[in-house]
Amino acid sequence: MDVAIVKYNAGNIYSVDYALKRLGVQAIVTADHEALLAADKVIFPGVGEARTTMEHLKASGLDALIRDLKQPVLGICLGMQLMCRFSEEGDAECLHIFDVDVKRFMPERHEDKVPHMGWNTLKNVKSSLFSNEQENQFVYFVHSYYVPVNDNTAATTDYIIPFSAALQRDNFYATQFHPEKSGAIGEQILCNFLKL
Amino acid sequence: MLAKRIVPCLDIKDGTTVKGVNFVDFRDAGDPVELGAQYSKAGADELVYLDITASHEGRKTFTELVKKVASRISIPFTVGGGINELKDVDRLLSAGADKVSINSAALRNPDLIEQIAKNFGSQVCVVAIDANYEDGKWLCYLNGGRIPTDKYLFEWAVEAENLGAGEILFTSMTHDGVKTGYANDALASLADKLHIPVIASGGAGTKEHFRDAFLKGKADAALAASVFHFGEIGIADLKQYLSAEGIPVRL
Repeated sequence: MDVAIVKYNAGNIYSVDYALKRLGVQAIVTADHEALLAADKVIFPGVGEARTTMEHLKASGLDALIRDLKQPVLGICLGMQLMCRFSEEGDAECLHIFDVDVKRFMPERHEDKVPHMGWNTLKNVKSSLFSNEQENQFVYFVHSYYVPVNDNTAATTDYIIPFSAALQRDNFYATQFHPEKSGAIGEQILCNFLKL
Repeated sequence: MLAKRIVPCLDIKDGTTVKGVNFVDFRDAGDPVELGAQYSKAGADELVYLDITASHEGRKTFTELVKKVASRISIPFTVGGGINELKDVDRLLSAGADKVSINSAALRNPDLIEQIAKNFGSQVCVVAIDANYEDGKWLCYLNGGRIPTDKYLFEWAVEAENLGAGEILFTSMTHDGVKTGYANDALASLADKLHIPVIASGGAGTKEHFRDAFLKGKADAALAASVFHFGEIGIADLKQYLSAEGIPVRL
């Protein structure tokens, strides 16, 4: 199986590669359009700022390419947010794979810190990215912007308000948390994606 | 619910783990990659690797170590020590670290916080503060607690947050290594003044000390070294205890 990780100007791309290696999968990290189109699975990771990253994706033509992929695609963290319609982070027009806008967390109490950083639980898991075993399990999050609960929500997490911890529509899967940093639970979720 | 984090800290010198008592007298505590893997398996929520080597050779060794840790361990980890400029941050993040912790360099050059936040995001920027309680105030120190500054804990922490720090790692030099509990009053004041997470450090000796750092000190995470390295407190056991005490932890 060929797994491709989209290479672009976002940080932490290599931690996904390391996680796949721990699972015995040798992925390619590439921005090459042919290689991405030919892969069995595509992972679109990312840590960074939405607007700058979208500009980079547009300049390299990766925006249209990702939107048109037919194989299973997994967006992670910023990757998931960029798969939405629009992000309040830098007022960025995004890929519009998921018909929902990304919003900034608004603290309601002093204890509500932004970014939401650390381990939090998955609720209402559905989609083949998950099995029932992952309900109520902890996964690792680091983010200041969130995707509201919508028709494509595949799991929720509560922080200030319930938000989308994962999304799915057709062949597009996405997680707000970092499966590559979520210990054994994260590895199960990555395995579920690889088995699709 | 967002869990409180337990964070073992590994001080690294020449590729091996050491832990100082009041910042001097090191005892060997083993292979850092293996130790990190064991902590991860036992339920540690994050790891911190601090490079206390000063030499250029040591820096290279540490970067190689960061790569090994990143390839082996599936939980987030922070690295610190010897980070003076943006290119050090880039080197360590590229090696696979999730966050960097800056201490003396931030005190000397606060703009570094802003640069890191702007280039890599606030979430990667942990500002570590070593402070000692003297004459009724918490005085900040440089260079691993050796050089006093003219900055005080609360003012400096607020300034760091305003510059873009994503977390504050506060080590009480007064409490470090003596195992009588964390500086809970100062931690609680920090929690009240800041809008970013606070990691408590310095003073853990018993499981109750961790509980108090969360309940009295309102900390988001508690860091410790020797109690874990020498097996005095098991991480799995500690988390069971904290859960029974009503503190949200990842089990």
